[in-house]
Amino acid sequence: MERLSYEVEVEGPAAPRAPPALVGVVASGNLEVLVEPGDAGRCRVEIATSARGFGEIWEAVVRDFAARHPVAGLRFSVNDAGATPAVVTLRLGQAVEEYLGATR
Amino acid sequence: MSRTWDTARRNREARLQRAAPLARGKWVEAAEVPRLLEALVEPGDRLCLEGNNQKQADFLARALCRVDAARVRDLHLVMSVLALPEHLELFERGIARKVDFSFSGPQAVRLARLVSEGRIEIGAIHTYLELYGRYFVDLTPRVALLAAAAADEEGNLYTGPNTEESPAIAEATAFRDGLVIAQVDEQLQRLPRVDIPSGWVDFVVRAPTPAAVEPLFTRDPAQISDVQVLMAMMVVKGIYAEYGVDRLNHGIGFDSAAIELILPTYGERLGLRGKVCGHWALNPHPTLIPAIEAGFVRSVHAFGSELGMEGYVAARPDVFFTGRDGSLRSNRAFSQTAGHYACDLFIGSTLQMDLAGDSSTATRSRITGFGGAPNMGADARGRRHASPAWLRAGREARGDGPGAPRGRKLVVQLLETFREHMEPAFVERLDAHALAEAMGWALPPVMIYGDDVSHVVTEEGIANLLLCRGAEERAQAIRGVAGYTPVGRGRDRRAVENLRDRGIVRRPEDLGIEVREASRDLLAARSVKELVRWSGGLYRPPARFRSW
Repeated sequence: MERLSYEVEVEGPAAPRAPPALVGVVASGNLEVLVEPGDAGRCRVEIATSARGFGEIWEAVVRDFAARHPVAGLRFSVNDAGATPAVVTLRLGQAVEEYLGATR
Repeated sequence: MSRTWDTARRNREARLQRAAPLARGKWVEAAEVPRLLEALVEPGDRLCLEGNNQKQADFLARALCRVDAARVRDLHLVMSVLALPEHLELFERGIARKVDFSFSGPQAVRLARLVSEGRIEIGAIHTYLELYGRYFVDLTPRVALLAAAAADEEGNLYTGPNTEESPAIAEATAFRDGLVIAQVDEQLQRLPRVDIPSGWVDFVVRAPTPAAVEPLFTRDPAQISDVQVLMAMMVVKGIYAEYGVDRLNHGIGFDSAAIELILPTYGERLGLRGKVCGHWALNPHPTLIPAIEAGFVRSVHAFGSELGMEGYVAARPDVFFTGRDGSLRSNRAFSQTAGHYACDLFIGSTLQMDLAGDSSTATRSRITGFGGAPNMGADARGRRHASPAWLRAGREARGDGPGAPRGRKLVVQLLETFREHMEPAFVERLDAHALAEAMGWALPPVMIYGDDVSHVVTEEGIANLLLCRGAEERAQAIRGVAGYTPVGRGRDRRAVENLRDRGIVRRPEDLGIEVREASRDLLAARSVKELVRWSGGLYRPPARFRSW
């Protein structure tokens, strides 16, 4: 098990407060993402992953994700069971849409 | 001295005379078949052992393995698929020496080993149509060993739903004084229909067990992932709807199965019924059942059949090509021709793609061959009829260039940026090149050449290669959908954003696709059981696909 943590400064208004949202499942090749309110002006992503040695790719995924979505003031906790970046990106995107959907 | 013009015919008569004592008319007992083959087959013969993608002349393959290798040796096999262990055992025993073939899926690793040990000489690896073509030019079989469902006393053959390539092989062999031997599952007084006339057939044997058939095209919807649904949504909205793709062929992967399964849901919502996906060159995929039932699919011509689909196909003669007996009539040669010339689009999965867009399924330790994908996945340069999809693709490819208007086929490659075990699908150099070097081949086994590819679809988006001008733009477009692979991360971000502005690279959000929707919930059937329900109980899946 490897633990990774990234914090990205994000411009733009903070995401509205909403109840935490959970998407995905912890199953082989998949992952679970919990999104909840965090610190203003930044996006924090904490990852627990079963696959070691992919920190560089995780970081790139997280930075692109933060650039493409309104994630200021959100905190993500990821439980990963060896998902590919395709699945990670999809689940992170779904988590944001799910969280923001609840605020609309 | 006058020249003789019938040496092959005389030789054929001599072989038939040697074999006559072993047969009763055309019928031979199963136990006599190895002796029959020793009498009929001569060293160095070109021999076609019917090995289709699905149906296998497995009894005759086993019998050929049992001949005296001192009498029957150095055969040159000309056959489409090396599928059974017996096919390679023939080389290990010295019965065969050389092979010209198309596909070797299940035997790919063992084949590579035998080739590198110098025990198999490969003439060439072909596409299906290419190999059938050579049956009628310079690789005509001297002897053909076929598989059929039934024969009557006279030796007429009924091939049932899995006709596949039997007629093509029989025609090439019989009309050039070759010898045709068929294994059949049963002998009948009266055949449901005649697929191959007795005049083309020399010997028939009732095999102790029915010919092996693989359910190669059954994809369990339970295994389709959300990412595959996302890619399917991009294809349906960004390609099928935009070009109005009404005549097409699908590969056999889970990602194209996902497309079939979202037509009745997502496709319906986009208002596409009656506008796209009407006519198909396709095996009877069980995952097509919901789209047929929902009224998308108007016709399907098949290369072969699919186990369990017999009853469903027979009950839908308006959709499938069926005989007077009601069962499917498949024909690989004709369906490949349809896929090449009559379809506007081919879509399939691949394992590796480089920056030129060349793709391949070969790796250094596996010789997989091609099958039919290169024929479907290639622009048909000889096509001379227009359709809206074909014309639009042609306009996009040509721009405002000079010359007469000309269309283009849509050839779409689907691939997730990483395969299992984080193996990148996008590479600087295909493994196919290393394999070609290791084997000393003139040609790397490229499945689909980049200049035939119109679109590359990954979870990151669609790259439209038709609109690219020049190799550098093309490479950036491919990098632009290559995700976090080293190739993808090597992109020039500004160049990719520029391509995005021009609609060459399109993300899900550019297509108006909500990622939240990309879920298995969008599949019209999420399990094999639900496919059975859609079929009204007519689809009878093989036991391995039944969990209830």
